[in-house]
Amino acid sequence: MDEFMLIFRHQDGKKIASPEQMQIWMKQTMDWIGGIAAQNKFSGGNGLPFEDARVVHHDKVVTNGPFGEIKETIAGYVIVKADSVDEAVAFAKGCPALQGEGNTVEVRRIAKGDGTH
Amino acid sequence: MQQPELIPHLFRTEFTKITAVLCKHFGIAHIQLAEDIASETFLRAMETWTYKGIPENPTAWLYVVAKNKAKNYFARAHMFQEKIAPELKQLTTAPSTEIDLSDKNITDSQLQMLFAICHPAISTEAQIGLALRILCGFGIDEIANAFLTNKETINKRLFRAREKLRAEKVQISIPDAVAIQEHLDTVLTTLYLLYNEGYYSESQDSIIREELCLEAMRLTRLLLDHDITNTPAVNALLALMCFQASRFPARKNEHGELILYQDQDPALWNQELIAQGAWYLHAASQGNTLTRYHMEATIAWWHTIKEDSSEKWENILQLYNQLLQLQYSPVAALNRTYALSKARGKAAAIAEAEKLGLTDNPYYYALLGELYQGIDNRQALQHLQTAQHLFKTQTEKQTIQRKINHLPTT
Repeated sequence: MDEFMLIFRHQDGKKIASPEQMQIWMKQTMDWIGGIAAQNKFSGGNGLPFEDARVVHHDKVVTNGPFGEIKETIAGYVIVKADSVDEAVAFAKGCPALQGEGNTVEVRRIAKGDGTH
Repeated sequence: MQQPELIPHLFRTEFTKITAVLCKHFGIAHIQLAEDIASETFLRAMETWTYKGIPENPTAWLYVVAKNKAKNYFARAHMFQEKIAPELKQLTTAPSTEIDLSDKNITDSQLQMLFAICHPAISTEAQIGLALRILCGFGIDEIANAFLTNKETINKRLFRAREKLRAEKVQISIPDAVAIQEHLDTVLTTLYLLYNEGYYSESQDSIIREELCLEAMRLTRLLLDHDITNTPAVNALLALMCFQASRFPARKNEHGELILYQDQDPALWNQELIAQGAWYLHAASQGNTLTRYHMEATIAWWHTIKEDSSEKWENILQLYNQLLQLQYSPVAALNRTYALSKARGKAAAIAEAEKLGLTDNPYYYALLGELYQGIDNRQALQHLQTAQHLFKTQTEKQTIQRKINHLPTT
């Protein structure tokens, strides 16, 4: 079984949702992750809060957050166990982040460190 | 208390204390010796008290006899050492002959024995067996009954475990503060499984079942008596045990058949244990630790409220979501799906249930049978029949039969 990282990309990270909307998203995300964990396919994951986010540029200039200049932001990731990329994609399709138009979930196989990748 | 009840009672309470203190004194290599001396002490009590009557202070009497027996052993060992050892040159000096049976040394010894027994070198089954024998004073018959196996298997298992502890030269001591956290996890797993052995045991003997649970609780309380092991995880585990134990009187009908949660009479739940559980759960939430025991205890707390509410099932669902991320188990996956049906409806739960793929698990089909009821009763019937076929005990098969009987035939 391989591990895949599902990376949630939000089209516009500046959009501020209402607390009620955030509550709903949170519940949906927890249910989604709980459903993967109930199949014993959950490996790990985390939200990546924008608070205290920094971007370090090539000239070592540090800017306050990644969302000032680019439109797309990474909101979080989970790592799942799956037999194939198709199974990992099936998990990704359930991700509540996809309800936002323009949002994407990127599916990436995690290198095993055994020289095969 | 008359003699017939007195000896079994004292055996339960004092055998383990004497064994633990002697074990600590002689070292783990001599578990068997400690058990033998404790057993001989009770044998002597039975012989003596039958003819001479029960002494004024039976416990003190037992301690004196145990001490004397240990002293005799030392005298023999001493002679061996004086006369024979110089030629063998293998024995180190015998430990001092002063046996300390003070309350403090008893609880210290029991706690340290608990840590010694829960050594990673021996299997979990053997850890539980040794704990039952040495710390809970269970007989080999009772242990065999609890594990649904025979005396020979248990004897062999315990023998191998003692040999292993001897070979590993396990110390009877509390690990230092740094090592304690990791070691404590193993101890808690053993206590958790010991409790479950009683709570979910398929053994027909309900008295043994409850005693296993009560002993697991006593040993967990022992950990709370010591500052170094009084941690949030231990409090959470004890809270979980209290909440579940509160339902003991409601779980069986007069024929000894299991009564499912939704059919239980809450008036029979033990409110004192529920209050104790809440107290320990509160103590467990001081600090930043969040363990599986915290989540399981909180789930068990929600179950002490019988009425269904959306708040209750939403909380239970989210606790299972978290618990599964921390530690997967098929039971938790099934329970999460049941909570989902309560919080989000049966259709959502069926979709999730069918992803679980626990096709060799009777509870999986029992759950599907439950979820399909009222949605597709023919499917419900099929799943219940599969569950009935997969269940091993008569009690479980009967429980499913009752569900089948209540299924509407439309």
